[in-house]
Amino acid sequence: MIPSDPEAADGAEFTAEGGHGAVPTLGVEAGSGAPARRAWPLYEVFVRSKRGLNHVHVGSLHAPDDEMALHSARDVYTRRNEGVSIWVVRADDITASSPAEKDPFFAPAGDKVYRHPTFYAIPDEVPHL
Amino acid sequence: MTIAEQGLSAVFEDTIAADQRIEPRDWMPEDYRRTLIRQIAQHAHSEIIGMQPEGNWILRAPSLRRKAILLAKVQDEAGHGMYLYAAAEALGVDREEITEKLIENRQKYSSIFNYPTPSYADVGVIGWLVDGAAICNQVPLCRCSYGPYARAMIRICKEESFHQRQGYELLLAMVNGTDAQREMVQESTDRFWWPSLMMFGPPDGDSPNSAQSMAWGIKRHTNDELRQRFVDMTVPQAEVLGVTLPDPGLRWNAERGRHDFSQPDWDEFKGVVAGSGPCNLQRLAHRRRAHEAGAWVREAAQAYAEKQAARTEKGAAA
Repeated sequence: MIPSDPEAADGAEFTAEGGHGAVPTLGVEAGSGAPARRAWPLYEVFVRSKRGLNHVHVGSLHAPDDEMALHSARDVYTRRNEGVSIWVVRADDITASSPAEKDPFFAPAGDKVYRHPTFYAIPDEVPHL
Repeated sequence: MTIAEQGLSAVFEDTIAADQRIEPRDWMPEDYRRTLIRQIAQHAHSEIIGMQPEGNWILRAPSLRRKAILLAKVQDEAGHGMYLYAAAEALGVDREEITEKLIENRQKYSSIFNYPTPSYADVGVIGWLVDGAAICNQVPLCRCSYGPYARAMIRICKEESFHQRQGYELLLAMVNGTDAQREMVQESTDRFWWPSLMMFGPPDGDSPNSAQSMAWGIKRHTNDELRQRFVDMTVPQAEVLGVTLPDPGLRWNAERGRHDFSQPDWDEFKGVVAGSGPCNLQRLAHRRRAHEAGAWVREAAQAYAEKQAARTEKGAAA
């Protein structure tokens, strides 16, 4: 159990996990993990790095509306010409497969090795195949 | 633990053992989640607070070139904080909540940012030593078992390289300048050397929690390993600059093939983290002020979004 008393940080253990340097690991609140009041919705951000490539998920951010989300995405995720196009999508609007059902959900593809070219044995002397 | 949980736990352990990544919607042990939330939140806070020491010099940068570079660097720190808050949020914590924990001093940030930056040479030395140490810490985090954290670290590490190089280049310019400028570089190095070594945390013997983090694939190297790596990297860089690292115990150990060096003052370190560093109060007060002074902007953006949404709704109904 992690103590929530901030004074406990005094005798706390420290580690380099701050990335930028050591921070205490005991006597630090981890956060409730409970969904809290929040006015601004979460957006997922997708960036096309150059023409001819797909948009790729790069992270997320909060914004009051779609337009602000797009501007913030530009500032947060493309400060060094990382993109030529950005999509922002409300996280609420994404329907995702469930990790718990991963195996049954993808099972139909699991036993169909004949869908891969390497399933077929072709003599070495046959060219261009 | 229920039978269902035992199954999930086995999947988690197998994923870690195979050196694969855990993603936000996967089942994970509650301690793993809490450890990550704490670590990523405090890492994010460090980036955000980390804007202050160097931000101090933006208005006094000696040229437009240096000013543009420093602005870009400080903006990056804000960006790093944003990537990390997003990674923490994917674990189910709310950004507003962890921001409040920071300004109420219930979560911490790196001790290094509680040291002042009275000299312009500090901008260079922070880039060289502080960001250099950060890179040693952060590169292994690119392989952290928690996917969103690892991905954020890949972006951050690319940008940190710019931070370190701009700092070193600044110092090169100064050491090729006047005697007074060379003295400034030496004086700043003297102040930042020990706090930089402290960035890796206490010696391994005093860091029992590290073992769990290493077992989970969150941490990849011990504090002492990373500190040694940093010292070995930095010594030849100091030689090129012609500055002396302020440790009489620092010498090459041919037998080990590494440098021997002295330990920093761990009592000072604990004091600084606990709140008695030179700038703790100032850093936190500034962060709180910025948060409160920016409230009207957040509220105005929200009000505008609500107004627009209402209009759209009305238009659709008509």
